[in-house]
Amino acid sequence: MTTTTTLDALGRLESEAVHIFREVAGEFDRPVILFSGGKDSTLLLHLAVKAFWPAPVPFPLLHVDTGHNFDEVIAFRDKVVAQHGLRLEVAKVQDYIDDGRLTERPDGTRNPLQTVPLLDAITGHKFDAVFGGGRRDEERARAKERIFSLRNSFGQWEPRRQRPELWNLYNGRHRPGEHVRVFPLSNWTELDVWHYIARENIELPDIYYAHRREVYLRDGMWLAEGPWGGPRENETMVEKTVRYRTVGDGSCTGAVESDAADIATVIAEVAASRLTERGATRADDRLSEAAMEDRKREGYF
Amino acid sequence: MSDLLRLATAGSVDDGKSTLVGRLLYDTKSVLADTLDAVHRASADRGLSTPDLSLLVDGLRSEREQGITIDVAYRYFATPKRSFVLADTPGHVQYTRNTVTGASTAQLGVLLVDARKGVIEQTRRHAAVLALLGVPRLVLAVNKIDLVDHDEATFSRIAKEFTAHATALGYPDDAVVTIPVSALAGDNVVERSERTPWYDGPTLLEHLETVPVDVDPHDAPFRFPVQYVIRPRTADYPDYRGYAGQVAAGTVRVGDEIAVLPDGLRSTVTGIDTADGPLDQAASGQSVTLLLAHDLDISRGDLIAGAAVPPRVTDEFDATVCWLSEKALTPGARVLVKHGTRTVQAIVTHLHTRFDEQKLGSTDAPDSLTLNEIGQVALRTAEPIPVDDYTKSRHMGSFLVIDAADGSTLAAGLVGAPLPELDGVESCTDGGDAAEPDSHALVSPGP
Repeated sequence: MTTTTTLDALGRLESEAVHIFREVAGEFDRPVILFSGGKDSTLLLHLAVKAFWPAPVPFPLLHVDTGHNFDEVIAFRDKVVAQHGLRLEVAKVQDYIDDGRLTERPDGTRNPLQTVPLLDAITGHKFDAVFGGGRRDEERARAKERIFSLRNSFGQWEPRRQRPELWNLYNGRHRPGEHVRVFPLSNWTELDVWHYIARENIELPDIYYAHRREVYLRDGMWLAEGPWGGPRENETMVEKTVRYRTVGDGSCTGAVESDAADIATVIAEVAASRLTERGATRADDRLSEAAMEDRKREGYF
Repeated sequence: MSDLLRLATAGSVDDGKSTLVGRLLYDTKSVLADTLDAVHRASADRGLSTPDLSLLVDGLRSEREQGITIDVAYRYFATPKRSFVLADTPGHVQYTRNTVTGASTAQLGVLLVDARKGVIEQTRRHAAVLALLGVPRLVLAVNKIDLVDHDEATFSRIAKEFTAHATALGYPDDAVVTIPVSALAGDNVVERSERTPWYDGPTLLEHLETVPVDVDPHDAPFRFPVQYVIRPRTADYPDYRGYAGQVAAGTVRVGDEIAVLPDGLRSTVTGIDTADGPLDQAASGQSVTLLLAHDLDISRGDLIAGAAVPPRVTDEFDATVCWLSEKALTPGARVLVKHGTRTVQAIVTHLHTRFDEQKLGSTDAPDSLTLNEIGQVALRTAEPIPVDDYTKSRHMGSFLVIDAADGSTLAAGLVGAPLPELDGVESCTDGGDAAEPDSHALVSPGP
């Protein structure tokens, strides 16, 4: 038995996230956790497991699948879901493209296309609280985001109409058709996430660690071959030692050259990096000065 | 020393608050190259010759267009000594509610004034809001010191005036620090300035790294709002029944006698569980699961408290409310009160006073409270709730006032917290307050 009376910074972040999960479980009818198999959603699930131990996590998972996946991540996703005995719903962008409800973009990226399947899944399953792994340190529009973020029946974020968030009293009241996005990792930074993954020994898809991979250069980013239309004729494949800082839609998620093959070297690398994780590896955030804000207004996370 | 400090900024429009925050991030190397490149590009697009650091923090399209901060944002930066969570709150009068938001969790408030203008009404108002919300420590950054030729006398005059104001609000001398800075040029923010040789105090960052962090005392009476009942009903845990929550105040140990409120049932703590194994004690801030000796009917909304010093259980109490909604409050209003994990119906039966922000005094029995107004009210709740005064416990004395119809948050509520009454300023006391000495009691900042 241990005696702990003061929490360190990671302990406080963990306690806050656990508190948020329990608040949602106590006040909402149909919450769901957005889960892609990436590091933030894996961390989210780890915290949810802790919040309800020894009972199972009382929420299903939802993956909005762009169809541009890394095989390793999907395999990891399915393994983790089975391990915890959870239910996984998958909303597929490909289905929407196939039947004409969505049109492929000329640049081939499908990240912005996730919004419609996401909102349809929320409406179809009548989810009233949707957990996301978003962090305020990711991007300056996210820095304005509340932990409990009310979305209207179109899933839209209205930054000027956000509820004040006072003390640790979260107001999750909403009307039929509205839902609340919940961000338990709001106060975590990328380094906090990695330190916690190390401390808790959390398994991640192995593409987060350095490995040899065939990649090609497009717009300054190292992309892997895949169904997203690469490489093109003028793009040549080269083998490099790389790792991923984020895993998302393969068309716009780049690898970084890295020798960091274990958690300690990854932490050292992240601490020394002069690039944000999105700036380094996410093409979609480079689209405009307000790309994230605009997508959030449409219903994206 | 605590490794985390939560701070909130406050200041008037154009005092350079976003620039100061940008400078803190920039000089602590918390801004990464790609973010900085974007700021350089955006500044050049606007025809500026030097990067506009406020663009680092004004994250919304309309903020950048108008050059003002509209909404509270949270920033994260760290030095080898400490991590910081900074609530960057707007100074615009119509967004005072965001100052309340930032202040509700802050352990330190950073106020800004323009050295050319000195302490203005908005400064006093923000300091009063920070005092009311129990922010334990204040820093006054006297900004744009370069525009008054780094004049010591100007700084001293402002520092003296502000310190007197803070003292009147109840701050002890050692809780208030004033620093001459230039956010634009970087003087005394992170780097010590050679242009203020007369100043021998810390830079803003040095102060933030070393200021004591006032944490909730562990010897306060134990308070634990029950969030959720954990009942696995699995083969491994067929009879497990645990009460999950976050310790709001004090410490709990295995063997402690507890009371369950509002009903007053009693039991003993037989276990403190976490996913990482059992603990023999837990203190404020920790999320745990309590096991009790008796099989009681306890659910979300109940409060588990130390049996020796329980809170008062009442359905009528006075409170200060910071009104955050465009919808005005009038006597007789029916609202919801969210306190801890319990939400109850309530009626605001009476408006006692309104804090007159212009005169920094109180006006008796106003007809209504409107957006950004602060007043003291009487509430009656449909069922009794266990409360402590806000000045004793930020967690157990705080509540939300919610609109039952549309669910919006109408107000921040502080149980029992009296309004600030300032000595030495023109005050509109209307005579009534003088009859009741207690109404002159100053808010005592801190836990």
